[in-house]
Amino acid sequence: MYTSKTSIDTRLTEGYQPDPAWRGRLTAGIVTVLLLYPMLLASEFQPWILLDAQSLHATWNFLSSFVPPAHSREFLMLMLGATWQTVAIATAGLALALLAATPLSLLACTRFSVSRMESGKLRTASAIIRQIARWILVALRSVPELVWALLLVRIVGLGPTAGVLAIAMTYSGMLGKVYAEILESSESYTTQVLLRNGSSRLAALFYGALPESASELISYTTYRWECAIRGSVVMGFVGAGGIGQRMDESMKMLAGDEVSTMLIIFVLLVACADMVSGFLRKSLG
Amino acid sequence: MTYVLKNVSVRHAAAERSNLSHALNDIDLTVAQGEQIALIGPSGAGKTTLLHTLACAHPPLFGEFSLFGVSPWAITHAQRHALRAHSFLAPQTPPMPPRQRVVTAVLAGRLPRWTIWQAIASLLRPREAEAAYLALTRFDLQDKLYSRVDRLSGGERQRCGMARLLVSDARAFLVDEPLSALDPTLALQTLKTLQDEATTRNATLICSLHQVELALEHFPRIIGLRDGRIVFDAARADVTQEMLNALYRNARSLDSHSTECKEIPPIIAPHVHLENQY
Repeated sequence: MYTSKTSIDTRLTEGYQPDPAWRGRLTAGIVTVLLLYPMLLASEFQPWILLDAQSLHATWNFLSSFVPPAHSREFLMLMLGATWQTVAIATAGLALALLAATPLSLLACTRFSVSRMESGKLRTASAIIRQIARWILVALRSVPELVWALLLVRIVGLGPTAGVLAIAMTYSGMLGKVYAEILESSESYTTQVLLRNGSSRLAALFYGALPESASELISYTTYRWECAIRGSVVMGFVGAGGIGQRMDESMKMLAGDEVSTMLIIFVLLVACADMVSGFLRKSLG
Repeated sequence: MTYVLKNVSVRHAAAERSNLSHALNDIDLTVAQGEQIALIGPSGAGKTTLLHTLACAHPPLFGEFSLFGVSPWAITHAQRHALRAHSFLAPQTPPMPPRQRVVTAVLAGRLPRWTIWQAIASLLRPREAEAAYLALTRFDLQDKLYSRVDRLSGGERQRCGMARLLVSDARAFLVDEPLSALDPTLALQTLKTLQDEATTRNATLICSLHQVELALEHFPRIIGLRDGRIVFDAARADVTQEMLNALYRNARSLDSHSTECKEIPPIIAPHVHLENQY
């Protein structure tokens, strides 16, 4: 039993150093807490408000109207149409986002740079193009889709067009950034060898990097599709159509049974997106 | 001349500026079109770096380097990249994504010749699949044409990499340890296929090998590399046992007795790491 330091032979531990990483970790932990605490105060997070008598009463009244969910034939047909519109807005928006994100992510990614393969550095021109592509991606995704939708509703009027364009703009920024990072962190070896043997950059992408990272790209894209469905619901509240607009109306009328049907539809939609993602990744093997 | 190198020194891209040791030092080398050369030397001698330099993968630090009579680092970026299609660098680890099909992996050797649209279309429906089939036949892998790469054994993958070399248009083959995953019979067969192809095309073949006996038996010209320098560059008949002993002196202990590592000059250590990075 080594209960005291003296019982260890000091000759054996002569070269022993305490873990040099420990102090850094401790400091990082303290700094994190010091940074997070003021944020908690600034956000005025007061969960106990939920529990005072008035809130409990209001919650109970609203929630009790949830059961049973609205299920009249007429309402369900209305929901079917609205759900379809929501999915269509999300899908069309994401497809447009893909069109913009793919070329931008290739420009932003250094993996396919021949000059980088040669000397480990980018040529000045390529570095500038890459930086511009990154800025475009930042600009696109820094504005939330809801804000784009509010602006676009002013331009193209109420309706799904605003929602589609809003999703396309924000999501092209997100997809472009993450695609570039997935390609950047994929196994570079096959791509590098193809470049060394004289393939063009795009060919190296299609024959080297894509098969290496196809699964990650697909799973991220289907996840974003799921997010786009949620996003298009939210944008319905500002008049971009779909199930969100219906939910806004039902909320204002305090029709809890209708809201609960819509919540069930949300869960089903997300579960569906999850299944699609699982199926696609499985078929890739 | 396929390659002319005068006083070429190369520093590995990953090496720090303060690091005075180069991956290659004062390399003088002239290679005529159609020559077949074996590159031998202990691990970390710079064999892979030399092959990469010949493939224009990275620029030399000093010295003159020309390839097919052109100085690749004096021409434009695009011209240099076009020049790369004339040589084929086959790395030790076959560069094939696990989920790719063999037919696609082999046909990747045609990419420099294809337009990008042809390349994309070939992913959907393989273009010139017969060429891939013929290339695989020469390594007895024809029945793997539509298998996925991750279903192949290590030796099969290595031969697939060689099949990619066969479908390329290259006039110079730079092959890094092509036999490392093969049993002796397959090794002989693979080497013969490579050499036959090089002879038929009048392509230059430079092959790094760990099997000294095979090198001496099959290659007319042998280059011994150690610590980034050419120790000897001789016809097969002129290579003596003393030259080989000097080439591999101390270095063998790296594999067998780790305690003897201290005898190896410190300069070797970083290169060992660099050469094995794949």
